[in-house]
Amino acid sequence: MNEYFHSVTLDEEKCKGCTNCIKRCPTEAIRVRKGKARIIAERCIDCGECIRVCPYRAKKAITDPLEIIKNYKYKVAIPAPTIYGQFRAARSTNHLLTAFKLLGFDHVYEVAKAAEIVSNATRELMKKNNFRKPLISSACPAVVRLIQVRFPSLIDNILKLESPMELAARIVKDELVKNENMRIEDIGVFFITPCAAKVTSIKAPYESEKSCVDGAISIKDIYLKLLNALGEVKEEAEEQLVKSGFEGIRWASSGGESLALGTDNFLAVDGIHNVISILEELENDKLKDVDFIETLACQGGCLGGALTVENLYVAKTRIKKFIDMAKKNSVEDNSANIYEYDLLWTRNVEHKPIMQLDDDFEVAMQKLETLRTISEDLPGLDCGACGAPNCKALAEDIVRGNANETDCVFKLREKVRALTIQMMEIESMMPPVLDKDDKNSDKTDKKDKY
Amino acid sequence: MGLSNSIIRQNYIIPADDFSLAGEASSSVKKMLNQLGVPPKTVKRVSIAMYEAEINAVIHAGGGTADVAIDKEKVLITINDEGPGIPDVELAMKEGFSTAPDSVREMGFGAGMGLPNIKRYADKLDIKTEVGKGTRVQITVLL
Repeated sequence: MNEYFHSVTLDEEKCKGCTNCIKRCPTEAIRVRKGKARIIAERCIDCGECIRVCPYRAKKAITDPLEIIKNYKYKVAIPAPTIYGQFRAARSTNHLLTAFKLLGFDHVYEVAKAAEIVSNATRELMKKNNFRKPLISSACPAVVRLIQVRFPSLIDNILKLESPMELAARIVKDELVKNENMRIEDIGVFFITPCAAKVTSIKAPYESEKSCVDGAISIKDIYLKLLNALGEVKEEAEEQLVKSGFEGIRWASSGGESLALGTDNFLAVDGIHNVISILEELENDKLKDVDFIETLACQGGCLGGALTVENLYVAKTRIKKFIDMAKKNSVEDNSANIYEYDLLWTRNVEHKPIMQLDDDFEVAMQKLETLRTISEDLPGLDCGACGAPNCKALAEDIVRGNANETDCVFKLREKVRALTIQMMEIESMMPPVLDKDDKNSDKTDKKDKY
Repeated sequence: MGLSNSIIRQNYIIPADDFSLAGEASSSVKKMLNQLGVPPKTVKRVSIAMYEAEINAVIHAGGGTADVAIDKEKVLITINDEGPGIPDVELAMKEGFSTAPDSVREMGFGAGMGLPNIKRYADKLDIKTEVGKGTRVQITVLL
């Protein structure tokens, strides 16, 4: 899959070309051109903010349809911990997980379980004390991509451990191959996703060559089917599928990953614009006393994902029940020790310099100078009518050759006005041979003399 | 094009006693350096050194000005204030030394990391100060 695959895309028909998304995009990755919002692929981090703010529902996430599971002999669902907050009708974790089987899945494995293993590995890593403080969580792929494009100096702080989703897929496949003698190509593992960012992680991963996950189905796409299935699963038919404890389930909420680390010295921030403020503080060396920073692009954490159904705050209350149940029925489970996986990323994320005006420093200097001149000249109203999020962004676009000064309606008006004045002036001039106006000035008098 | 000696200059006013605005100048410089394609690690050094100097001017000197000049070789930042001056520069350069009032320290500033931190990140640090008149901090980071 190509490097610039994005789950977040535009529904051309629904887009009205308004300014809502361009103004909220944290990486200024959207411009309106010819009446439609265009996403600049190199800049998009798939945070899903535009999906959330579009009043016309014109921004969507490409996910896989449920039918995709039919391409595999053995179908496994790996639901994100967010799933536990979505259904009032779910009696218990086993009830919810069993319902997946009615949708055509042969097996269900909780990403929450893998999250606990990742938590263990993080704890071990932090014990060794040879990491760059503070560690920044990599749980949210939108934040990792944000760091790549906007905060490259923080790349070394990223926790470079496999995500719970990837680990879950690996564990499931390994177990099935080992214990059930299955062929790996027969197994299809599908992430039940609360967000677009994870879909991109599967189709175009940054931490490895290829994802272990075979597809991503959004929570909202299977919500209704799952709700119906919950109604059909009788209490006595519930299977014993739960493996996760409360610490894994808690990952769905902001702060959940941090709480599992056994240190109070953490900071948890959620909502992409809040994340940016914290990363800026971090870049200024202001948070050296913190060990771990949990950064989630969606408000409230994954429970606030753009592809979820339940309201964030309702979901927070619902998931509490599952956390409490997990605390009570904590299964004595040592599987974390059984899995001796190397969770380190097999490749590093790279800096993607989207801000740079030119590869040549001197040309960049000149462009920057021009940019500043143009910037000063623009009205500074940030109206967005030019299709760029603000006047500074327009100035940048002009310097890059992607826009014109007259894209600014105020600049255009100035030009029209100047032109009108000039035309009026020209209009009042008359070639001497046509000038038959007697009342006119001494010029005529002079001519008469000749 | 005869660009080899071109310089980009930018001047900022550092407001007095306003922590919410402190750091704006260094943020703006950070953005310019990113637009020029300066390596991230260098950008970080410039922005931290300048940020510390900016905060110093806010805490100790009732604000001041920051003048930035960028050319092909270096970033030169000059922070001028008309504050009380530093009686003992050598002492102020020591880690942990601080004259910041408690109210400021409670906000997490003024932990005495200012000048040593600037020195750590700058290639050259030049401080001219006169008690009762003010201070000029000049930071050079080579590109």
